Parts: sequence; C-alpha cells; structure tokens
Amino acid sequence: MFDPTTSLLTLKNVGLNRGGRWLVRGVDLSVHRGESVTLIGPNGAGKSTTAKIALGLLAPDEGQAAQAPGLKVGYVPQELSIDWTLPLTVRRFMSLTNRLSDADLRDALNMVGIGELCDVEVRYLSGGEFQRALLARAIARNPDVLVLDEPVQGVDFSGEIALYELIGEIRRTLGCGILMISHDLHVVMADTDCVVCMNGHVCCQGPPRIVAENPEYLALFGARAAGALAVYEHAHDHTHLPDGTVRPAEGTLTESCRTDNGHHGHDQNNDLAGHAR
Amino acid sequence: MIKIMTWLAMLDDFFVRALVAGIGVAVVAGPLGCLIVWRRLAYFGDTLSHSALLGVALALLLQVNITAAVFVVSALVALSLLLLQQRASLSSDSLLGLLAHSSLALGLVALAFLPTVRVDLMGFLFGDILAVSLIDIVVIYIGGAAVLLVLVFVWRSLFAATVNYEVAEAEGMKPARANMVFMFLMATVIAISMKVVGVLLITALLIIPAATARRVASGPEAMALTAIMLGIIAVVAGLFGSLEWDTPSGPSIVVAALILFLLALLPVAVIIRRRKPSEGI
Repeated sequence: MFDPTTSLLTLKNVGLNRGGRWLVRGVDLSVHRGESVTLIGPNGAGKSTTAKIALGLLAPDEGQAAQAPGLKVGYVPQELSIDWTLPLTVRRFMSLTNRLSDADLRDALNMVGIGELCDVEVRYLSGGEFQRALLARAIARNPDVLVLDEPVQGVDFSGEIALYELIGEIRRTLGCGILMISHDLHVVMADTDCVVCMNGHVCCQGPPRIVAENPEYLALFGARAAGALAVYEHAHDHTHLPDGTVRPAEGTLTESCRTDNGHHGHDQNNDLAGHAR
Repeated sequence: MIKIMTWLAMLDDFFVRALVAGIGVAVVAGPLGCLIVWRRLAYFGDTLSHSALLGVALALLLQVNITAAVFVVSALVALSLLLLQQRASLSSDSLLGLLAHSSLALGLVALAFLPTVRVDLMGFLFGDILAVSLIDIVVIYIGGAAVLLVLVFVWRSLFAATVNYEVAEAEGMKPARANMVFMFLMATVIAISMKVVGVLLITALLIIPAATARRVASGPEAMALTAIMLGIIAVVAGLFGSLEWDTPSGPSIVVAALILFLLALLPVAVIIRRRKPSEGI
C-alpha cells in the first residue's frame, strides 16, 4: 500500500515542553515499511512520549511529526486499565477499533498463545495474558505500522522470547513497520533494524549489528547472545567526535542507522554530557 | 389488583400515553446510561438534568418550546464544562457541582420572575408523565429515534474511547468527535425524558437499569440491550404501581428500577450469568 521508500512515521527535530521542562527534544526518527525501530533508555527518557508524538497523540512544541496519509496503526500502549464496570470479553476487546472475522480473531489469539481465553472477561486476565491480548488486538488489525510500548511487560520469560520472535515474524509476513519501546537494556531484539537510545534526546542510534558483531560485546555476553536475543550495550562502545559523528569501538565511522535520513542526535543538541556514564 | 384490572379494562387514554412515552424514554436511556456507568459520569448526568430547570425557566420567560430550551441549555452546560476543564484549575467534580447548583439556582430565581405564570414546580422536578400529550410522545419518539440512530453510528468509536482514549485516537477512531456527539445525545435525552421522570430523577433512570444490567450481561452491547429491557420493565411496573397505590409516577418508576436492581443482587442472577459465559460481538 505504501511505497517502501516513503516513511510511515516521521519525526523531525521534535521536542515536547511541559511546564518549562523539555520531556524530549531534538528527536529525529523515521519508520519505514518492513523496518523495525526500537527505542531504549532509562525511565523518564521520553520513549513513550516520543511514540505518542509519532502517533499524533501529543502535538510537538517544536519540530514536525508526520504520518503517511491513510496510515493504519496498531497501538499497544504502555498502560491500559479496563474499568471493572465494563463487561468486556477478550473477543469484544479484539474488535475494539475495527470489525474482525472470527477466523482472524482466532488466528491472532492463537499466535500470541491465548486462543483458549477468547470468551473470558478481560478483567480476569493475568498481567501477562492481558499483554498478549493487547498485542493480538494490535496485530489482528493488519496494520501498516505497529507501535508497541513495552509489549512484553509482565510476560513470563519463555513467553517473552516467543512474543519477540512473533513480532519479528509479523514484520516479515505483514511487512509492516514497527516502532517498539523496550524499557530494559537486557532484552533488545536481535531482529531490530535500528536501535535508538534515548535520554531526553537521542543519545545514539544505529543498527544493533554494529554492536552485536563487536568483539568486545561478544567477549562480554558470549556468542549465543547474538542469536535470539541480542543485547545492545551503548555505554562504552563508541566515541562522539566533535563534528557529531560516531566512532564505534571497531573503528568505523557512522552517522546514523540509515544513510538516507536523519543525523545523529547530537547535531541538534551538542550535548556531550549525556554520554558521561 | 382489582383496581389495576379495572384500570386495564378502562385503559384511559392518558395512561396509555404515559406507558408509550415512558417506554420510549427507557429505550433511549438504556444505552446512554451504560455509557454513563462505564465512564463514571453519573454526576455529569446529574449536572445536566439540574440545568434543565434553567431551560424550563428560560422557555417560560421567552415563551419558546420547553423541550428545545432544555436541550439548548443542557448542551451549553456540557460545552461550558468542556471549556472550564481546559482552563480552570478546579477538579471535574467541583466544576460539575458549580455548574449543577448554579444553574439550578438560576432556574429557580428565573422562575420567580414569572409572577403571572403559575408554574407547577413539582411537575418539573418529579415529572408529570400522566399529563403527557400526543405531541410529547411524538417529540420523545422522533428525538429518541434520532439519538439511537446517531448512537449506532458512533457506537464503535464511542466505546473504543471509553475503553482507552489514546488507543482510539491512535487507531483513527476520532474519539474527540465521539465524545462531543455523546454530550449532545445526553442533552437530547434529558430534554425528552424530563416530562416522564422529572429533573431530579433523570439520572436514576439512566443509571439504575444500567447498573442492574451490569450484573447479568457479559458484553457491552448485551448490557445496553439488557438496560433497555430493564428500563421498560421499570416504567411499566412503576406506572402500574403508581396507579395502584396512588403514588407519584416518576418516583414510582425509579423505585421499580431500584427493586429490579436489588433483585439482581440475589445469587440467582449470578447463576444465570455463569450459565452463559459467552456473548456475541
């Protein structure tokens, strides 16, 4: 539906100010069809805020946020509580924002491993089950872009791996773009094309491969970690040069994860202090 | 019972009209009442209905149609609430209290400026369903049909916005528009149901059948339909009760709704619900 060269979600030098404090600033980001972009960073880094700006839920105070026209979004928010006054089964919840055939509904629920919970009331689901239902609902919409804010929170360890693999599989079969937030530095996807490390601004962004193939990284985490789960460690692996480019430990020079867009976050911020750790 | 039988045999016109009008209101109040319960807007419903009295007073002062004036005033109060929520630094419940009671007071003061018109205040406060005219019925059914039609049209986005505003917004359901439409639907329902249950009891007719339906329904649409059925039962039972014991009609309907609610608290209702866990979409 969309030209793979045009961006589904685009942020250009975006900033959001609340009460005189910049929650995020100078964020450049784009998600293309079939591309997976993962935001990582500590609490309060502005990951969810960035996702909400990209979704059009928050209007940026500076910079531009754009969505491809007619874009179909599947959104898994960080927090969604169902009021107990709402009689809502998983089945009805799945068709919250669009009609769904029974087969599509079953498929999506089976994919996330809760096919048997179809007629259970949502408020009786456990945290992990509800998280799976949220993901199934977003997938079942057959979206152009999935925005997943900590999609596996509360899911058990084996389920976590399965769900991450499912997300990667969906990207390949559906061909949708994915913007994902992972709160946790320990679990970052092997499958992601671009990792954006945030802390109020973009600290650094690039393909995890650069890091995963890094000999120091392999020495630190072992070769197996590069398989199903890649761990992206950003702290000491690269150097910021005065001109704003990044020199990873392996010695190559990179400007960003994509050569055709964006530049390094520090071009706007000139903030070297963010990397002091 | 004998008294009811004789009434049935006679089937006075005014009583048939009361039944028809009451059932019309119950049908519209059911789904909107569910939305009020889900969204925790009971006090909002109260505020709108209190402001209805101001609408009545203005209608009498300006000599315009009462239902239309009540609709306009309720809609204005709903809009001013939206504006105040954005600007003022007061919590929503304080703002609602402010709007509810100041509009009620304004209405009562305005009524005092009508010395030549004898106003049946009790009729407006508690409803006067037995004085429902054919025109009232036409207004209730045309207004009610319009409300239901619009509600069917915006239902999915309104419900999605009820579950989660941001998901609805992100996935293109236009929840802001749905919420605005909801305000106008509320104003319409209050305007058309005022004569049946009165200003003070409209919220009860909205909330109690919905609360009862929550006990037995397992899906939102099922709950809305159940609330309609319970509302109809309450209207019919309440009206016959008011005939039998010569009680005021509006409060009698609410008491009937309350009795249904209490019945639903019995364990029987839970057993019924356990037996049919699945509901269609």
